Amino acid sequence: MRKFYALLSREVRSYFHSPIAYIVLIFFLLISGVDFYFQVSFMNQRQVQYTVQEAFFNSVFFWFAFVLIFPLITMRLFAEEFKLGTIEPLMTAPVRDWQVVLSKFFGALVFYLILWVPPAFYFIIFQQITGQPAAHSAGAYSGSYLMLLLLGMFYLSIGCFASVLTKNQIIAAVISFCAITLLFFLGLVQFILLDVSSATRDLLGYFSAIEHMGTFSRGVIDTRPIVFYVTMTIVMLALTHRAFQSRKWRL
Amino acid sequence: MIKVENLTKRYAGQPAIQDLNFEVGQGEIMGFLGPNGAGKTTTMRILASFMPPTSGRATIAGFDVFEQSLQARAHLGYMPEHVPLYSDMRVTEYLDYRAALKGVPHRRVAERVGDVRELCGLKEVEKKLIGTLSKGYRQRVGLADALLHEPDLLILDEPTIGLDPNQIRQVRELIKNLGKQHTILLSTHILPEVEMTCSRVIIIHKGRIEACDTPENLLGKIRQVGGVVLEAKVGPDNGAEELKKISGVRNVIVDADGDWKLFSLRVESGADVREEIFRLATARHWIVRELTQRRATLEDVFVELTHPDTV
Ligand SMILES: Nc1ncnc2c1ncn2[C@@H]1O[C@H](COP(=O)(O)OP(=O)(O)O)[C@@H](O)[C@H]1O
Ligand SMILES: [Mg+2]
Repeated sequence: MRKFYALLSREVRSYFHSPIAYIVLIFFLLISGVDFYFQVSFMNQRQVQYTVQEAFFNSVFFWFAFVLIFPLITMRLFAEEFKLGTIEPLMTAPVRDWQVVLSKFFGALVFYLILWVPPAFYFIIFQQITGQPAAHSAGAYSGSYLMLLLLGMFYLSIGCFASVLTKNQIIAAVISFCAITLLFFLGLVQFILLDVSSATRDLLGYFSAIEHMGTFSRGVIDTRPIVFYVTMTIVMLALTHRAFQSRKWRL
Repeated sequence: MIKVENLTKRYAGQPAIQDLNFEVGQGEIMGFLGPNGAGKTTTMRILASFMPPTSGRATIAGFDVFEQSLQARAHLGYMPEHVPLYSDMRVTEYLDYRAALKGVPHRRVAERVGDVRELCGLKEVEKKLIGTLSKGYRQRVGLADALLHEPDLLILDEPTIGLDPNQIRQVRELIKNLGKQHTILLSTHILPEVEMTCSRVIIIHKGRIEACDTPENLLGKIRQVGGVVLEAKVGPDNGAEELKKISGVRNVIVDADGDWKLFSLRVESGADVREEIFRLATARHWIVRELTQRRATLEDVFVELTHPDTV
């Protein structure tokens, strides 16, 4: 456990030692700030049926930023260690492969969650200034943040897997970007193709991040997406572990 | 400490090491000597459990490096070639991190990190970013890292590569001192290095072990093969042609310095050709200013073993 904690803390610290982290942070603050501003000014001009918080998590801005950050967060995880050769001192220390894989995943997750701290303050500030609640209920907040966590875990695990496949960070980023975008659009298919069978629609519905976020951000917690995302994350991490072990035979 | 049996490693079918067999005993400083591409790094990486062998077996302190790799790694301090390090960490921060990874007990971390920092002369750079360190200091950080958990065995891959002569002397001194408490396997392609530091030498070439002995014995063997140096003004003669005709001379290398020519002769075991050379020189009216039987160095052993055709 202590080894895992040492690995994890290095992973998290290394984010804040790299310029990428600050670029992502600033980019993210900017987009989410613009998103929030637009939603609020839009609602100032007309009557709407939804809250600021719902609008914020279901806008184009949000999804645009959302899909982009995962490759940026995960591309360096393994690829950089392969490239610089630091994987050699790392793996010749008495640590297990899964400890390394999990520390990288959770390190990325911690950084990702840190990204989500500032937007939480938008809602608090909104409430302070306008005197109106930004959401229906506390459940809406926890719903959207729970969905952020679940989607984050799944997409980060895809990024981990992409990064373990190559020592080129750009290639890792492109692979995970394509995979995540593809999955994202898979969830949209059901809105576009109206004549698909209901079974297909149900299946595709599992991948529909937009739909899940829609329901969760209203405070409606459905267990199926929770099980789905947790399972998929575990599957992706198991694949990552597999690929990481097989590197020894590829050397 | 180390036991290697029939170790073979192929990269995409291309053999890098073939059928290696050797043992390193407790307290030995074993030198692993070979030209670039001989398979030193490959062997050491297998011993450090960084990659599995294609076939064969290796154990460290009785633990199989593949089956019981965690225990084997716990007994080993390994310094990889070129010492890859995280350049965004500070020296002490890195050593603290490595101590935790290697399972140094929490209450002993500060003491161990302090000790290795002292031993490897890292005191003055302890707060610096590793990325800003010179090659010499990076090498020392790698060595400090290898020593952190007080391993029984140290494996050092080319510990002096890329250092200046002063730093090389310091690192060698350090290794010699470490040899008093640790078993060491160190690789190098520099001959005097093993002569100076090692108690035993393995010579490896094209993935095969060519010799395994103490430096003294290897020198003893080669002394019989030996060499003779002649520096002479040979006038219109070619020199090398005539010298080759002397029975017992196997090969002549010529270095010209104006009128003076320096001939390095390799001679057969036991033959002393100096008398013959003197006679030849007087007969041909050569002016001689040096004629000596050269003390063989490991270089001779090396050339003899790895390029038998040119000898
Ligand atoms: N990752 C690799 N893939 C393919 N061939 C390799 C790899 N690493 C080393 N080799 C080859 O194996 C041989 C031995 O290399 P190495 O063990 O690095 O030698 P040394 O350390 O003695 O210089 C060389 O011919 C080298 O080209
Ligand atoms: Mg090498």
